[in-house]
Amino acid sequence: MKKILKYVIADIIQNKIVIIYTLLLLTISFSVFSLESSAAKGMASLLNLVLLIVPLICIIFSTIYIYNSAEFIELLVSQPLKRKTLWLSLFGGLASSLSIAFLIGVGVPVLIYHADLTGLVLVLSGLFLTIVFVSIALWAAGMTRDKAKGIGWAIALWLFFALIFDAIVLFLLFQFQDYPLENAMVVMSFLNPIDLSRIQILLQMDISALMGYTGAVFQEFFGSLNGIVISFAGLILWIFIPLFFSLRRFAKKDL
Amino acid sequence: MIELKNISKKFGKLTVLNSVSTRFEEGECIALLGPNGCGKTTMIKTILGMVVPDSGSIIFEGREVNKDWRYREDIGYMPQIGRYPENMTISHLIQMMKDIRKDESVIPDEELIRSFGLNEIIHKKMRTLSGGTTQKVSAALAFMFHPKVLILDEPTAGLDPIASLKLKEKIIKEKEKGKLILITSHILSELDDLVTKIVYMNDGRFLFEKPIEDLKEETGEEKLSRAIARIMQSRLTQFTQPQIQLA
Amino acid sequence: MKILIVYITLLLSGLFYAGIVSAKNIYVGKQRAYKTIKAGLQAAVRGDTVFVDKGIYQESGLEIDKSIYVKGNGYPVIDGQKKGTVITIHADGAVLDGFKIINSGNSEQTDYAGVLIVDSYNVIVKNNQLVDNQFSIYSQHSRNCRILDNVIHSNAQDEVLSGNGIHCWRSDSLLIIGNNISGQRDGIYFEFVTNSLVWRNISHNNLRYGIHFMFSHHDTYISNVFEKNGSGVAVMFTHHVQMYNNFFLDNWGGAAYGILLKEITDSYISGNHFSHNTTAIEMEGCNRTKFFKNSFIDNGYAMRVSASSMDNEVYENNFIKNTFDVATNGTLVLNKFYRNYWDKYDGYDLNRDGIGDIPYRPVSLYSTIVESNPSALMLFRSIIVSLLDKTEKLIPGITPENLKDDQPCIKPIKL
Repeated sequence: MKKILKYVIADIIQNKIVIIYTLLLLTISFSVFSLESSAAKGMASLLNLVLLIVPLICIIFSTIYIYNSAEFIELLVSQPLKRKTLWLSLFGGLASSLSIAFLIGVGVPVLIYHADLTGLVLVLSGLFLTIVFVSIALWAAGMTRDKAKGIGWAIALWLFFALIFDAIVLFLLFQFQDYPLENAMVVMSFLNPIDLSRIQILLQMDISALMGYTGAVFQEFFGSLNGIVISFAGLILWIFIPLFFSLRRFAKKDL
Repeated sequence: MIELKNISKKFGKLTVLNSVSTRFEEGECIALLGPNGCGKTTMIKTILGMVVPDSGSIIFEGREVNKDWRYREDIGYMPQIGRYPENMTISHLIQMMKDIRKDESVIPDEELIRSFGLNEIIHKKMRTLSGGTTQKVSAALAFMFHPKVLILDEPTAGLDPIASLKLKEKIIKEKEKGKLILITSHILSELDDLVTKIVYMNDGRFLFEKPIEDLKEETGEEKLSRAIARIMQSRLTQFTQPQIQLA
Repeated sequence: MKILIVYITLLLSGLFYAGIVSAKNIYVGKQRAYKTIKAGLQAAVRGDTVFVDKGIYQESGLEIDKSIYVKGNGYPVIDGQKKGTVITIHADGAVLDGFKIINSGNSEQTDYAGVLIVDSYNVIVKNNQLVDNQFSIYSQHSRNCRILDNVIHSNAQDEVLSGNGIHCWRSDSLLIIGNNISGQRDGIYFEFVTNSLVWRNISHNNLRYGIHFMFSHHDTYISNVFEKNGSGVAVMFTHHVQMYNNFFLDNWGGAAYGILLKEITDSYISGNHFSHNTTAIEMEGCNRTKFFKNSFIDNGYAMRVSASSMDNEVYENNFIKNTFDVATNGTLVLNKFYRNYWDKYDGYDLNRDGIGDIPYRPVSLYSTIVESNPSALMLFRSIIVSLLDKTEKLIPGITPENLKDDQPCIKPIKL
């Protein structure tokens, strides 16, 4: 496992996109903090970066990487290696290199400008989203052998989690306006890793009371220590479930 | 040594392997022949675990392979078209392969690396290599870890005559050590002095499976290519498809 | 003007008394003739001054029933031992000055106080420290009283068993100045209190409201600080309120307001500073009130205007860094917004007169959605929401058509 991981990471780092990604995150983070009037406002802008850009880049990069590694995978599958080891090495290589990119690109600026619990939760959520979307990408890449289609799927999945899911939630909210929906909304938020992270970060920001203002259930659930633990457990599930399915598919894949 | 039991595989609607059963033993050198798309490569990939069969089982030295991936340590595989990570250099690739085989006590067999002159271009990236050079790398890797079984898919395709000859010599050397060698090739003439057994595949089935002596005896031909041609002709007339001709 | 007259009257009346009474001094202390405060108070007659030495006096149920000046030296402690009200003042013109009054009784049936002023006129309670009393200073049926520079603190745990810091009921022309109140249920509580002035008090960390009043007309509140109270400030059923230059800070919480204005009419809210409140101003049935020159900074909602509020005017305020500037639950809005500065305004000013050329709509689509469907807060800061808001800005359809500022200021208003 370690050996293959080493080669995957070396390969990803040689691929300059991860370095460009790191620099992009660094540039955005620093400019956000130095341009916005307050660090708190900078954090609010970083929220969008973490919730949109990070998942998008992670899912697309990982999908393309998997398609481009077809030779590598083919070569190694004929070697005395467990397929599981190979696939987990690919996952581990992608997840760790993109996580390092995120930690440098966003973690360092946050540490400099906003080193508190909010900052920690923001970085932690971003880290989880990075790994979740690598996992989803691995799953998406298994759906089709056609690279273009695979990338299409990846973008569609990102669009779903970033936008369409929330549109559906909004639609449901209006459809079932007359019913108490708070508990249902808590459950809904677990169905989307981006929403889960967003709510976690928002509750750490000053906005918590605002959420409590109208949705006491939110505040009670997500604000409590149990809620935080359960939320991150939810994010961990979001890592392992797609990974599990992609692993199962890869175990049977013909190369 | 390797036993296939009722292996079947479909790609979509197309049946690529149709309930194939056979045994290959140590010391044999088997030529796997047949027209394009007859399932040769798929069968090899099945043995290597790259293609997962729909049904049937593969037994390697008495153990079923889908339970245990370690049997691949004993197989050297040279693919028809070697595809390698583009950014890796030859030396990286070799290093990685050594890393994968955990057993460091085994001294790798680097004879082909030297005789192919790969050690002079060892820091070139795979992307920059010609098709023939890539094949040389594939060959070198296949022989590197003293495998008990060698599976060579069109080994000489794309190699220049000198390299081809060097490879052939190497194959003979290994064969004499009592290894099982499985070769697919279209160029029957080169197999003459190697092969002990012929397996002919068509449409995912074994059409026939015969030791070379029997074959030559039956057909009365000394050259393998002629023997095959003879046997094919007799069969084809049976199947009334005389328009197909073999080289 | 009215305040000034009250004040001058008070001053004159004080001089008047001093002039006609020939007074003596009475001393209370361990080494004095009077060992207990009770004895000292009983011995005093109208116009006397009772001096109390430093020390701890375990006495309760004290009564000041004549016009005397009771003065503590070095904050003598009067410990009520949790037995009923500590000091009751029932006299015109009495003064209580410089005591530390602790541990009044605590009961669900009776309101016990540190200092209770009953049916009195012109009483002054000043420079006292009140600690751990149910109600600290309680005024009922009193007029022209002054409550000055007291420090009030309690450890209220629940709303039922605790009392208010300065509690006034059916009183008139009170001056409540310079007190620091914390840890009570409500910092200051007025019910049927009229023509009074609340000035320079700090009311913070109280269990419920910093100030809470109802049916208290013609009162004025100037330069007070209301900070970190459980539910902020709530004022109700009152007309002619004037609030100038107060600070409403850090009232965060599920049901906390900078200030809740319920049935407040014909009032002036000006020069106040609202920051870090969940809702800076919540208006329910608030009519004919003018809001001007206030600052709203960093609040969740700057103003929530219920549909039952009308004919209010909101002008020359600064709205900066609020999550939602204005929210409303109705579609028809009968309030005027003009010449405010909105930091979210992205219009232009071609003629450079400092007034934006296109109107600003302070109600976002999303805030309207949240008003009608609170669970939609789950989508806060998601892209779908920003997309909806942007679309609504271009093609208004759902937000109230006439809720807009036609003359938005380009630069923050200097206050």
